[in-house]
Amino acid sequence: MTAKKNSGPVKWILIGISAVFLITMLILPLIYVMATAFKDGAASFWKAVSDEYAVKAVLLTLKVTGITLVFNTVFGLAAAWCITRFQFKGKKVISTLIDLPLTVSPIIAGLIYVLTYGRQSILAPYLKAAGIKIIFAVPGIVMATIFVTLPFVSREIIPVLTAQGTDEEEAAALMGAGGWRIFREITFPHIKWALLYGVVLCSARAMGEFGAVSVLSGHLRGKTNTMPLYIELLYQGYDFTGAFAVSALLVLMAVIILVLRSVLEQRGKGENDG
Amino acid sequence: MAENQSYVELRGVNKTFQDYQASKDIHFRIEKGKLVALLGPSGSGKTTILRMIAGLETADSGEILIDGRVVNDIPANKRGVGFVFQNYALFRYKTVYDNIAFGLRVNKWEKSKIRARVQEMIELVGLTGLEKRYPNQLSGGQRQRVAFARALAPNPELLLLDVLDEPFAAIDAKVRQELRSWLREMINKVGITSIFVTHDQDEAIEVADDIIITNHGRVEQIGNPVDIYRKPETTFVAEFMGHPTRVEHISRFKGFTGLAPELHAVIRPENVSITRKNEKIRYVISAEDGVVERVLFRGKEAEIWVRIHDILIQGTRKIEEAPIEEGEHVNIFIYRAYVSGEDEKIQIVENEVIAAENPVVI
Amino acid sequence: MNRRKAKKKRVIPGFGLSLGITVSMLGLIVLLPLCSLILFSAQLSPGEFLSTVTRPRVLSAYLVSFQTAFAAALVDAVMGLILAWVLVRYEFPGKQIMNGIIELPFALPTAVAGIALTHLTTTNGWVGSFFAKFGIPIAYTRIGITVALIFIGIPFVVRAVQPVLEKIDPQYEEAADILGADRWQTLTQVILPEILPALISGFTLSFARGLGEYGSVVFIAGNTPFETEIAPLMIMSELQEFDYASATSIALVMLAAAFLILFVNAVLQSRSSKIISGIV
Repeated sequence: MTAKKNSGPVKWILIGISAVFLITMLILPLIYVMATAFKDGAASFWKAVSDEYAVKAVLLTLKVTGITLVFNTVFGLAAAWCITRFQFKGKKVISTLIDLPLTVSPIIAGLIYVLTYGRQSILAPYLKAAGIKIIFAVPGIVMATIFVTLPFVSREIIPVLTAQGTDEEEAAALMGAGGWRIFREITFPHIKWALLYGVVLCSARAMGEFGAVSVLSGHLRGKTNTMPLYIELLYQGYDFTGAFAVSALLVLMAVIILVLRSVLEQRGKGENDG
Repeated sequence: MAENQSYVELRGVNKTFQDYQASKDIHFRIEKGKLVALLGPSGSGKTTILRMIAGLETADSGEILIDGRVVNDIPANKRGVGFVFQNYALFRYKTVYDNIAFGLRVNKWEKSKIRARVQEMIELVGLTGLEKRYPNQLSGGQRQRVAFARALAPNPELLLLDVLDEPFAAIDAKVRQELRSWLREMINKVGITSIFVTHDQDEAIEVADDIIITNHGRVEQIGNPVDIYRKPETTFVAEFMGHPTRVEHISRFKGFTGLAPELHAVIRPENVSITRKNEKIRYVISAEDGVVERVLFRGKEAEIWVRIHDILIQGTRKIEEAPIEEGEHVNIFIYRAYVSGEDEKIQIVENEVIAAENPVVI
Repeated sequence: MNRRKAKKKRVIPGFGLSLGITVSMLGLIVLLPLCSLILFSAQLSPGEFLSTVTRPRVLSAYLVSFQTAFAAALVDAVMGLILAWVLVRYEFPGKQIMNGIIELPFALPTAVAGIALTHLTTTNGWVGSFFAKFGIPIAYTRIGITVALIFIGIPFVVRAVQPVLEKIDPQYEEAADILGADRWQTLTQVILPEILPALISGFTLSFARGLGEYGSVVFIAGNTPFETEIAPLMIMSELQEFDYASATSIALVMLAAAFLILFVNAVLQSRSSKIISGIV
């Protein structure tokens, strides 16, 4: 960028403001979590995170995240493919619906699932007869998490596919290539970094989702408590070291995700230039 | 048999996109082995025709035949058509070699045959040594060659080229000229029936065996370049080809006074002779007096704009002839006018003086 | 010849499959729950609905949510603009890290952010003790809620403005320079109009997100009725009492507000894009 001659002091003032803001608002909380988690030494950290219920919360979180990822990746790819590769009626409606979860408060997301599958719902008698429990059980947590993170993968891929255009796929189809081949050989190389980034973002949000899950879980320790809910539980029980110890795991995940993101972004850029 | 053998044929083809009709009752035939241009301004529906033949768009009604077979319901990849896309549509994540080999692999050619064929194509288009490059490591001309080789590799019976249209307008005239002659030479060498799309009349005239002129979704005229240029059938074609001047009330002009007063016509520079007042001319009685408004030096000739009856008419003069000044009064003689009659059909009218002298029908 | 309107063929395969997956997932995950919300709302009597959403405690919760979300979005707009400017226009050591850390609020679970911010800002926390000297308590006040919402909303503004700022052709500024504009004029009259739509869009997103945010706020808010109780928390507590009618009523107003905000943004965006594209 062309640095203006008189921008010297302004530049450093603005950088200073930015740095102070980011350090107090974003970095300090990270440091605080880590410091508190290890305040009483590594042993008590280890004790907190290896607690039976902590381990169960971690496992449940991983399970929920895994299922969510599978669904949202398939959904994201399918949605991006049909939105960017075809013209059809109702396309606007579909893209609006995909982005809808972003504008809905997580609490409301939880609420609408309670209304759908809870005891006052029209579905309730059938679910009960079939012995399926959704609300205050793992399926409810999974569905709410899928809802909240639904747009994450498709939103990363759609801009890339739009920018790429449909020429290459058309050419390949004209030469007789089948759908899977076109996707794997022609489309996938374009979207791989965006896809991976979407998956990473989706898993971060899925692991950390609190509001919606909180409505639906019923807070059964060891059964329906995900990591964020378990943290809340410890925190409200004034077990701060425990709460921050489990939090430290999630902070670690967040940092890994940010690093991955930077790497993925660089990779994506590098390939487009080369 | 060879005479009337049409290889591609369109019968009453219509196509509508949402609210605008891109093709209206299109009929034409293309003979085997010909190189045909679809020529028309942007939005005239030429690209839609090309894409329908390829199977990239579906006709709403009418029939498309390739090699005597109705192909409307045959998917694009079974039509035996090679297509060169406007922006080449090269696979950016595949090398030159893999781009060319793609169509062969898809059609399950044997490995050894693929290698031989790709090698052959690379030599044909002159890209030897660049096999391992990726498309964005190539120049524009090289990319075009890859696109061409990729389209030809599976041995299609028909080659469709969208490549000469708009995007090329941006590159400079010389490069465009080279690409054009390269393409012509290639297609001759391979001997494949080809259809290309262009909005540039010079390109169509120079490259094509036959020209199909489209306008507002209709076919205006079909014929070889000479006929299209010299015998335009419709007002649109007359006004599209060459560097015409449109003239209202052509009967105002000497030599055309016998025509109905409401008729308008097109006059081309090559049908106009401009002479200085002191130069001798053959048809003095039919010459008009005009004032030169602008003289543009064009290298081998001068382009001269003369105002006469409040209309600017363009003519040319050789550089060796005595120069004409702006503001000078000159004699101007119009040999021939393309007069629009009923239904926008063109009638070619010779100046009455010439017609009287040698009453030969053109 | 008498071929009827040919069945629409698509050249690129996979239309049916991808549309099928998309529509059925959307139906199951988004539409079905939304329909049940509408169905359930339709059963509410208007009187019941009105009396719920006009309860003083609910009204004050709306007000708290609105105030804090608006204040936070304003701070985010200003700070986001500065951050985007710094990241696009200046080169300095640590820039890459700064750029990466912006997205922390997307990656860090909100509950973790919530408890960390709370502990930092209590009167004996690292940051809170500093402000306590001036008699400004942060945690368990509306300021605290605003702080949490600033944290949540900052990436929305930066990521909206940054790409637009990157795309501004330096020639605009050079043109303004040559025409004799000073730096402040260039900034306010040339650059700001260019990025204003993106800035508004970022502001709107962080505002809408702030209205609905729950995880990071519950810990820092203290949840005192009429003081620091936010609307999502009201919904939550109605749910815990299984009073679905009240919860839904409160939620409907929140949803309406969120959609209204996004709608206003869409209108503003389309107006500005009309100016740019020249169709008025």
